Amino acid sequence: MLTAAVLYFLIIIPGTCGEMCMSHTMKTVGEVTDFRPRSVARSLGRAMKLPSFWIGISMMAAGFFALLGMLSIAKVSFVFPATALSYAVGTLGGRLFLGERVTRQRWVGVLLVCVGVILVALGKG
Amino acid sequence: MTPAPTLHLKTAILIVVMVSVAPLGDMFLGKGMKQIGPMPDWAPAGFFDFFFRTFTSETVWIGISLLLGFFIAYLLVLSWADYSYVLPASSISTLMVALLARFVLHETVRPLRWVGVAMICLGVFVVGHTHPRTTEP
Repeated sequence: MLTAAVLYFLIIIPGTCGEMCMSHTMKTVGEVTDFRPRSVARSLGRAMKLPSFWIGISMMAAGFFALLGMLSIAKVSFVFPATALSYAVGTLGGRLFLGERVTRQRWVGVLLVCVGVILVALGKG
Repeated sequence: MTPAPTLHLKTAILIVVMVSVAPLGDMFLGKGMKQIGPMPDWAPAGFFDFFFRTFTSETVWIGISLLLGFFIAYLLVLSWADYSYVLPASSISTLMVALLARFVLHETVRPLRWVGVAMICLGVFVVGHTHPRTTEP
């Protein structure tokens, strides 16, 4: 039970924080307006020079391995609906830590997605 | 500053790229790993043989390349769009997965799953009508 709780925490929190780090990194790099391969490579190269990129990658990797661990001890029909919470946590994180303005409309959309993800996972079981 | 219609268009294009290549990447990776078979044991010889077979498989590399394409598109879209916009919008990949399961893999997709997919599409439609960027560049 404790292992499952720790793994669940690792899936949701570091996984989401890692993605937020990536968002922060790319906002620091700046809006990509030129999509020619050389220009894209230059932007990605700039991102890779930032510590937040590597922190983000590490946290996303921790979240991914926690997901694999969780799948080895719990049923898929439990794990995937449970991860739907990450959409709400991510949206809250975007508002609190990235300064994004999350309107009521966006919250409604996110909640619909959360319910949809739960139904899709239950439908696979 | 990029005008709103252009911003919406390039966000939509990259999200379509993301949700198209990620499920295909997963499918190729899954197919490749099934062709290779399960890892026999953790003994070094077996492990290295498994590792060698994995990374010399064309199917696995197609999967890895597609997932790399997804990751690049994901990073690019995050260079201007809100994380709280991209995160729910990218969940529309479940529609792609259901379509692949039904029409490519010929699996039976249960009605409950279609209801979930429809709900996700509605959620993405609602999120898609908000502005992709709410922070100053």
